[in-house]
Amino acid sequence: MRWNRITTATAVSAAVALSLVACGGSGNGSGGSGGGSGSGDATKAEANAALTKVFNPSDKKGGTLRMAITEKWDSTDPGDTYYGLSWNLVRNYVRPLMVFKSAPGQEGTEVVPDLAEAAGVPSNDAKTWTYKIRKGVKFEDGTEVKAQDVKYAVARSLDKATLPNGPTYFNDFLLDVPKGYSVYKDPTLAGVAKAIETPDDYTIVFHLNKSFSGFDYFAQLPATAPVPKAKDNGSKYQLHPISTGPYKFESHDPNKGLTLIRNDQYDPATDPNSGRKALPDKITVAYNVNGADIDNRLQAGDLDVDIAGTGVQAETQAKLLANPELKAHTDNVPAPRLNFTVFNSEVKPLDNIDCRKAILYAADHEGYQRAYGGPVGGDIATNMMPPLVTGAEKFDTYGFEADKNGNVDKAKEALTACKLPNGFSTNIAYRADRPKEKAVAESLQQSLKRVGINVTPKGFPTGDYTKLYAGKPDYAKANNLGMIVYSWGADWPDGFGFLSQIVDSRTIRATGGNTNLGIRIPEVDQLVDKALVTTDKAEREKIWVDVDKKVMEQAAVLPGIWAKGLLYRPDTLANVYVSDSQNMYDYAGIGVAQK
Amino acid sequence: MFAYLVRRVIGAVVLLFIVTAVTFSIFFLVPKLGGASADDLASRYVGKSAGAEQIHETAVRLGFTDPLYEQYGRFLKGLFVGQEYNYGPATEHCPAPCFGYSFLTQQPVWPDLVDRLPVTASLAFGAAFIWLVTGVGTGIVSALRRGSALDRSLMSVALAGVSLPIFFTGLLSLSIFSYGLGWTAQGGTNPMDAANPAWWAYDLILPWVTLAFLYAAAYARLTRAGMLETMNEDFVRTARAKGLTERTVVMKHGLRSALTPILTIFGLDLGLLLGGAILTETTFSLPGIGQYAVIALRANDLPKVLGVTLVAAFFIVLANLIVDLLYAVVDPRVRIS
Repeated sequence: MRWNRITTATAVSAAVALSLVACGGSGNGSGGSGGGSGSGDATKAEANAALTKVFNPSDKKGGTLRMAITEKWDSTDPGDTYYGLSWNLVRNYVRPLMVFKSAPGQEGTEVVPDLAEAAGVPSNDAKTWTYKIRKGVKFEDGTEVKAQDVKYAVARSLDKATLPNGPTYFNDFLLDVPKGYSVYKDPTLAGVAKAIETPDDYTIVFHLNKSFSGFDYFAQLPATAPVPKAKDNGSKYQLHPISTGPYKFESHDPNKGLTLIRNDQYDPATDPNSGRKALPDKITVAYNVNGADIDNRLQAGDLDVDIAGTGVQAETQAKLLANPELKAHTDNVPAPRLNFTVFNSEVKPLDNIDCRKAILYAADHEGYQRAYGGPVGGDIATNMMPPLVTGAEKFDTYGFEADKNGNVDKAKEALTACKLPNGFSTNIAYRADRPKEKAVAESLQQSLKRVGINVTPKGFPTGDYTKLYAGKPDYAKANNLGMIVYSWGADWPDGFGFLSQIVDSRTIRATGGNTNLGIRIPEVDQLVDKALVTTDKAEREKIWVDVDKKVMEQAAVLPGIWAKGLLYRPDTLANVYVSDSQNMYDYAGIGVAQK
Repeated sequence: MFAYLVRRVIGAVVLLFIVTAVTFSIFFLVPKLGGASADDLASRYVGKSAGAEQIHETAVRLGFTDPLYEQYGRFLKGLFVGQEYNYGPATEHCPAPCFGYSFLTQQPVWPDLVDRLPVTASLAFGAAFIWLVTGVGTGIVSALRRGSALDRSLMSVALAGVSLPIFFTGLLSLSIFSYGLGWTAQGGTNPMDAANPAWWAYDLILPWVTLAFLYAAAYARLTRAGMLETMNEDFVRTARAKGLTERTVVMKHGLRSALTPILTIFGLDLGLLLGGAILTETTFSLPGIGQYAVIALRANDLPKVLGVTLVAAFFIVLANLIVDLLYAVVDPRVRIS
């Protein structure tokens, strides 16, 4: 009797599960007919249609763009945010000095003047950078933006006790900024007097403590968007950042979501370069929405964009790829992100280059790729810099492409050279709540075993991974973490934005929180210094390629894959495209399909 | 009766203190025993490029460098007299009961809880009404038709209800009734934004039914078992022998007696739900206490965790207290003992 009841329940469950699948299909069908009525291929749904060109191009304004995310990102305060999606969205409500152009594909990597009239003018060996600010740009209350507002904005972002989330580039590069500087304890801004000058209302000058040729990339950080001192309420500013862009905050609840409406003080005539379209009349973002629910709503046409922009859930991905009609609504977006494994040079025997080479030869690169979902998860990486990074060069020192499953003979030769012909043992660290990284650790465990390298996977919590465990040198060394699975995305797609934080040995801090997990190569540090002072773009890009080559020559990392994400593109969207700087749909250009 | 009440209330307050002390200890003591320093703890609440100096500043700002008893004392003081909080340009007073400020969003916790409570309460009371009516009703019918096809079918459905997790039935029902047929509100709809009670109910009907399905199943089985036992008791036979109608026998004699254990469970269940229906709120993206708990736990955000824990404990204690008092009303022996 008991058995029968269980059987009945199981049968009911199975029937219900089948109906779920069927329902998903039908939901999609109904959503599939609501597209724009334009003509030509640009409006026909097909896979990757928005990757390098505008899909369903439109200039029609109106509608509400509905976005959602599974949790809230760090902050909507432009001076306190470090999320890619946030840097993408923020262009709608504030205007930094420079900005990534809103354009499809490669064109989107161009940094163009926004609040500034033109790109920065370097002097004093690129230690001084001067920007002229446009006249006539207004805050949402009608007050004109002055250079002092930009100075104040950058100065407040230095206060990491009140605004802890943003990058520390200005703290690290601006001249003579006092330790623990807080703009809230320095009302006259005396502490940044040497670092930032405003000789007149429309000129701002930055003084750096070392040469830096790529300062225009710093100038595009949201922290350079002006903040009126009188309206700055510290950690509460995120509730209503004062707008200079085409939209302003109508409401914002950090637990629920935000609504942006048109800013009537925004004048498109003062915004000739950015490519902002400002098509929807309103933009809503809902926080804390269930991930599976987001995917369902996208397919049902009840939601327009998953603002996270990192791709659909794993179970949705399988469903989308299996159904040609659904697949036609996807974009497999490459990102300037490398999923890789770092060798910790402080752990024996990985201080020996030949032992490291043995791992590079023995590793199963297709296995690494499979761990991230196969080709849809990314391409096999042969070196560090992803092809999307401006100036990147692809090279294959160890023949990964020829031996996708590894080369056991060469691995054994390398082991002989490192005087451990029978192999060795080490630990591999990964983030325990990331199944893909666990799969990488297991794949490497399998493939390295073929040559006698015994690897023991060790999982650690994501939140403390770099701060307390794998990224804390004494812990990593004491616990024999010879290999560390990691992933890194560029702050912006150039050599500095991608490589500087993961290869420069001087970024390794004994206190932990490191993003360089064990690369210590003096020549690389010298090359980084050289790149910082090189103002010629082509020459600078070549130096970053040299950095990449040196890291690979020293076998300091095992590159895994250059990541891709699978985005779902509902028919409710118009003028939708992926920009190579944002690596998700460009939120400054996107619109809603008008009926 | 009054002494009984006072005794229970004092017990409840002591329990709540113990709950806060335990939560506080788990948060701070366990990492400390594992060798983590104040800076290690603070490193969770800084941006990804923070240096050692910034991490230490954060540790000082969040009070992690102070002895644990001082931090706990500060928390307790905040509950009763409020506390001052520096948000950058100035300091503001967080009035009692101040549960502190989120380590991450730096927003006060108490207004969040107050804001989210109506959602959770709407969900819990609505679902409780449905499961009580359907669960107990089904249980009675099943017990009275014991062994029949109806009994077997109802109990099979009940078994399915108990077996299927909310995140499955929730997503399934959303897929069918919301996105498929369009009969119900989408996930993520905030019922508190509804213009009138009808829309409020429309927004909540799917979460109510989904949650009630799970509980009703358990209540049906519980009621059935209780009724089967009670209906075989001597006093029921006596009632029938007295010539009472079957309706009176079942409702007045059988059910009343069988309801005592249901009441106990109901108090606990409702109290637990008022502290946050984590799975239901997450599945339907309802901005209630349960969803808040998940956000807080994911982010290791102690003030939020403490706030949720305390609210949840308060409701469980309160519900138990009410149940105990109801016992005293129903059964005079409780009062005497």
